[in-house]
Amino acid sequence: MSTDAKDVTPVTRAKPVAVGRRVFLGLAGLGALGIAFGSKVQNAVDGALGQGLGFLPFGDHFRIYSITGGFPEVSRERYRLKVSGLVDRPTTFTLADLEAMPKTSFVKNFHCVTGWEVPNVAWEGVKLSHILDTVGVQPGAVALSFDSYDNADTESLSLDQARLPDVIVAYKMLGANVTTAHGGPVRLYVAPMFGYKSLKWLSGIRVVDTVEPGFWEVNGYPVNGWLDGATGPTDPDPSFT
Amino acid sequence: MTVTEARTSAVRILRFDRVQRGAHWANAALFGVLMFTAIPLYFGSFFGIVFARHTIAEIHLWCGVALPVPIIISLMGPWGRQMRRDVRRVNYWTRSELRWLRTVGRAPLEADKFNPGQKLNVIFIGAMIVIMLGTGSIMWWFRFFPVEWRTGATLVHDAFAYAIFAVVVGHIVMAVTHRDSLKSMFTGSISEKWAARHAARWLKEVAEESPSTD
Repeated sequence: MSTDAKDVTPVTRAKPVAVGRRVFLGLAGLGALGIAFGSKVQNAVDGALGQGLGFLPFGDHFRIYSITGGFPEVSRERYRLKVSGLVDRPTTFTLADLEAMPKTSFVKNFHCVTGWEVPNVAWEGVKLSHILDTVGVQPGAVALSFDSYDNADTESLSLDQARLPDVIVAYKMLGANVTTAHGGPVRLYVAPMFGYKSLKWLSGIRVVDTVEPGFWEVNGYPVNGWLDGATGPTDPDPSFT
Repeated sequence: MTVTEARTSAVRILRFDRVQRGAHWANAALFGVLMFTAIPLYFGSFFGIVFARHTIAEIHLWCGVALPVPIIISLMGPWGRQMRRDVRRVNYWTRSELRWLRTVGRAPLEADKFNPGQKLNVIFIGAMIVIMLGTGSIMWWFRFFPVEWRTGATLVHDAFAYAIFAVVVGHIVMAVTHRDSLKSMFTGSISEKWAARHAARWLKEVAEESPSTD
């Protein structure tokens, strides 16, 4: 707050207290503490209650993040999923191909690493493990790298993580086709991990011989985004965290 | 009505100069746009229009960046005299003002230009400009900060957003139910009669500074 002594006539003779400055600094300090420790506080509460503070009030609404600022528009007809790398039969799937595969559906929470959570989201798609079996993974393959139609986001999963039964290539979400804002027509959904692992606008899967950290991991989030913060049952190498 | 009353009610004194009014309304407009655009941003997929959402986010961002500008300009330079003086007024509280606040308005008070509630409103909004700009910057340009800060900043931005909605709604309710005060934020002046009733200490101060010329 600006002070300009020359401009000011004392408002009162009794010694005034600089309440304004105190309240201002108090609020600013509270904000700074929240920035620094908000994440820890949320984790502690999550741990203690078994559920988060992060449920958005007034209904179950997602916050839509995008790295590029926009969303790639891909029609259902023109959608293609290219699977390549260390596979026996590199294949490009259409949406119809994916929908013809055995369906998996379940209801699970979507938990964002920034603290919010949307409970009871209905998901439907095909297990990633089924796609891997269809193309045939070659020996020497260790991990998957995922690409997005936004040409910015990338993700990774170890082969073991990718074969978990609740890791799917999703084409339905919230009871309807996945919308563009949610990463449609096809996105990844990795149920046991934080939302950033569930790459949106999935365009390609490369089977590779090393874990390539994705966009969010390069920017500081754990490569293994387990919701419980563990290094993980299938990939205990601490260098991945 | 006595003759004196009739005369004093006609006498008007300057409450907000042009710089202050300009800063207030520019600030109010920015807050309005920010609050309006915050709703679809917060409720994510509830408002599903894709292109519009991105535009809304940009509007929210740039209004946020511009938020401190009117206040800073109004505090600078020779034109900012009265603004600086009122900031100081808002900062310094007397014992009786503190008592008035503690007793929620029951203790007697010879009010300053602003009563303690109004002072708190100014302090709160000032702090919010800094906090929301800071946390918003961390949320938008997260790559330049530690990743846990993004979580903390989101939490703080949300929590204070709720507080801002409450305070601003309260401020608007007070404004529409106190028409004389509201009018003075448009015209700048207020009647001496009003000042005698609501800001006696300030009226005395004004009278001391500019002895009556009539």
